[in-house]
Amino acid sequence: MKADEPTKVIQVLDDRAAQVWTKGSGEAFVCDRKSTAGSVTQRACAFCGSRVVLYPIADALHIVHGPIGCAVYNWDIRGSLSSGSQLHRNSFSTDLAEKEVIFGGEKKLEASLLELIEYYKPKAAFVYSTCIVGLIGDDVQAICRKVSKKTNIDCIPVDSPGFKGTKKTGYQAACEAAYKLVGTGDTSGISKYSINLMGEFNIGGEAWMIREYYERIGIEVVATITGDGRVDDLRRCHGAALNLVQCSGSMTHLAQLLEEEHGIPLKRVSFFGFEDTAQALYTAAEHFGDPELMCKAEELVRDEIAKYTPKIKAYRKELKGKKAALYVGGAFKAFSLVLALRALGMKTVLAGTQTGNAEDYKQLQDICDPGTVIVDDSNPLELAKFVLEKEVDLFIGGVKERPIAFKLGVAFCDHNHERKIPLAGFEGMLHFADEVAKSVLSPIWKFAPRHELRALKINTQIADTESP
Amino acid sequence: MNPDNTTAQGTPAEGELPASATRNACKLCSPLGAAMVFKGVRSCLPFLHGSQGCATYIRRYMISHFREPVDIASSSFSEEDAIFGGARNFEQGVENVISQYQPELIGVATTCLSETIGDNMLGMIKSYQDKHNSSGPPLVHVSTPAYTGTHSDGYYGAIDQLVRTFAKPMTAKIAGHVNILPAMMSCADLRHLRELCELYQLSPTILPDYSATLEGSSWGEYHRISPGGTSLEEIEEMGSATATIEIGHTRAYLKNTPADYLEKTSSVKRHALGWPLGIRHTDQFVTSLSQISGNRLPESLKDERGRLVDAYADAHKYVSGKTAAIFGEPDLVIAQAAFLSEIGIRPIICATGAKVKKWKQLLSSEIEGGVADVEALSGTDHAKISARIRELKPDLILGSSKGYPIARELSIPLLRIGFPIHDRFGGQRILQVGYRGTLAAFDRVVNALLENKQDTSETGYSYL
Ligand code: SF4
Ligand code: SF4
Repeated sequence: MKADEPTKVIQVLDDRAAQVWTKGSGEAFVCDRKSTAGSVTQRACAFCGSRVVLYPIADALHIVHGPIGCAVYNWDIRGSLSSGSQLHRNSFSTDLAEKEVIFGGEKKLEASLLELIEYYKPKAAFVYSTCIVGLIGDDVQAICRKVSKKTNIDCIPVDSPGFKGTKKTGYQAACEAAYKLVGTGDTSGISKYSINLMGEFNIGGEAWMIREYYERIGIEVVATITGDGRVDDLRRCHGAALNLVQCSGSMTHLAQLLEEEHGIPLKRVSFFGFEDTAQALYTAAEHFGDPELMCKAEELVRDEIAKYTPKIKAYRKELKGKKAALYVGGAFKAFSLVLALRALGMKTVLAGTQTGNAEDYKQLQDICDPGTVIVDDSNPLELAKFVLEKEVDLFIGGVKERPIAFKLGVAFCDHNHERKIPLAGFEGMLHFADEVAKSVLSPIWKFAPRHELRALKINTQIADTESP
Repeated sequence: MNPDNTTAQGTPAEGELPASATRNACKLCSPLGAAMVFKGVRSCLPFLHGSQGCATYIRRYMISHFREPVDIASSSFSEEDAIFGGARNFEQGVENVISQYQPELIGVATTCLSETIGDNMLGMIKSYQDKHNSSGPPLVHVSTPAYTGTHSDGYYGAIDQLVRTFAKPMTAKIAGHVNILPAMMSCADLRHLRELCELYQLSPTILPDYSATLEGSSWGEYHRISPGGTSLEEIEEMGSATATIEIGHTRAYLKNTPADYLEKTSSVKRHALGWPLGIRHTDQFVTSLSQISGNRLPESLKDERGRLVDAYADAHKYVSGKTAAIFGEPDLVIAQAAFLSEIGIRPIICATGAKVKKWKQLLSSEIEGGVADVEALSGTDHAKISARIRELKPDLILGSSKGYPIARELSIPLLRIGFPIHDRFGGQRILQVGYRGTLAAFDRVVNALLENKQDTSETGYSYL
């Protein structure tokens, strides 16, 4: 069969067979391995991971040391909002040319940093190394030290060349870099009931919503890391009494550093869906052990849920029984999504992540229904295969998954860093339901070939049974 | 406020403009251009030799513009491969691509990483093929280090390699067979180029032709590789054409282009033409089609041309004396500048991120009325373009979505053209070739100016 003809059978690559698992099959599941060459992974690179995580620090200068592509493809594409400085939305790059690749790019990096710091007056600078930097022998650390000294602005190298691994590797590097700032600011005046919100990137203003919840119940938010982030907040975040860590993968390392070296306990939370959001508020209230906090938290949860439940119920009525596939970056998100979909009466038939680890997948496997397919580090062909086999009604993923869904006449909901709509918190759940419903219930799908074919089949069946 | 102009504290940035770093690039990297070309070959899978992030970024960028599946494989280098070379990964990658996609061609482009390491691609391809007794699909390789060029170079480079690798030297000619080598155009442009050829009873081989692969229909079943594109056989037979039309002003001055190669190896006559936008350049294009086919201008085109001239007359007063800033790929910018100057708009800023030799000179040969008032910026970035736009305040900006921040800051209408268009739908359908495409472009220009005037007027007339 030719490659461009429609295909009924899509085979999973032998190399990847153990990364595809069906609940109830009793087989072993493998994850957390390097992408198979030529598999067309949906994963990005380590650099991308560090860039995503530090990006929202709005008053820092972010400069990508390397050739231009790595920098330009993530210029102002993310939905992470800042309440003030917009400096982070620029794409600065040393844009290495051939002569620098041959003779080294240190001079250009130094000059770039000096000029940019002078012009934009950032509070700190992050310098990201891309793949070729190590190869051409640039000592980024040394340049950063030199410029820091000259300008009195902290220049922090982020060591995450793409080949080092997936985004997850980059998260680690980002945490290391951010940690360089921690502990350098004044912590006086911070309440004893105070938290850092970690792994919350303020997509569509989510961090603002969540911050407001905590403030309403009497808990101070010292820093949201890194959503609507500021260098000075990072400097003093070690003054908080508790770290709440969302999005398990990206910020755990920083939270652990804060625990080890500053004795701040960490608790995992999620702000996706009613239950998780409520739980996240209770977790903090409980931690501080002040009954008044708990009382206020319960009140807030009651109010918020009462506000949105009728609408959610209405959506649930319409979405009930629909089948969903989800493919997201981290496993924590997948986990929350399965629950949120369930709250809307929907069933998850395919769940996958780019970079989940064994522990994450164990949890995911536990909460999924029998028959659900779970995939690790999947690719477009596999995803298409299961969308068709499982007759999926909705796909949740990012930009790279969107065309798979739309081509096959399947509804889609965007759930990554590029979205512009807040999906966290109580209000976010309503947005989520709305996003899902807008796509799933759209009248246009009846024209999609897959649905036309199905309708045709049903019609001929009816005709067959009707004819004598 | 535009972030490229404000400090971290939100106040206007002052002092000497930073010159060393690129601030908000007005270019993309070369493998993207190559991937686009490979998407225009039937059943071809693009393959980037390097670490996987580049492929993922490029896929996402193209998907956001075209809104189609864009599968690009990668050899997924690890740290070790970056040190010891990627031969092993290359081989495994190619094998996996073949077993998953069953492509008829694999288009291999290098990334900066594999180029810097100095991986010998041709050697690797050869040893792979030797090992497999040359069974399996052919591979073609284009060298695309981003540190020596931009996506434009990757685009033209890939066309070049496809022609040199596969087009067989031929002496026999097939009447009516013509090759078209387009600039980086929209899917609608490519379709219209075909239509124009067919109006002259010519059957064109368009390389690349991603008009269907990057703007296809809805599917009932999944396609491993999007249907459409120019087949390998068609590329092999390019030598049997009587002529090649090679589009792109910057190309016209070059020797050793693929059209030149076909002329030398198979005596296929090279017609080096500008982008057929505007009456002058479309006239030249159809004249070439006439010469190649021996047919006269078809009635339908004559009518289209007539309507276009009529539209120029109807609306000329609303555009006359206006000024515009244009940015994008060199050939796109020259084409727009030529067109705008033809209708009486001064293209006072002509900017490209590519480093183009004699950029102003190139522009001067296409802009009516000279270039004394034209700022020709090459090798520039968006921060510098924005600075010039702030200073000169043109009436209109033409370019990709990346012009939005400055357009918004100054309330200047932005006409989205080129790549990428990420904040509007239909970028792949914007028609800008032929009389029809020119008319569409003209209407867009006029209406953008009118809309702006109307929106900012006190009375807001609904009649004019
Ligand atoms: S390394 Fe080179 S090829 Fe890869 S994204 Fe960066 S510029 Fe493009
Ligand atoms: S893999 Fe390396 S070269 Fe490619 S985008 Fe990531 S950092 Fe840049």
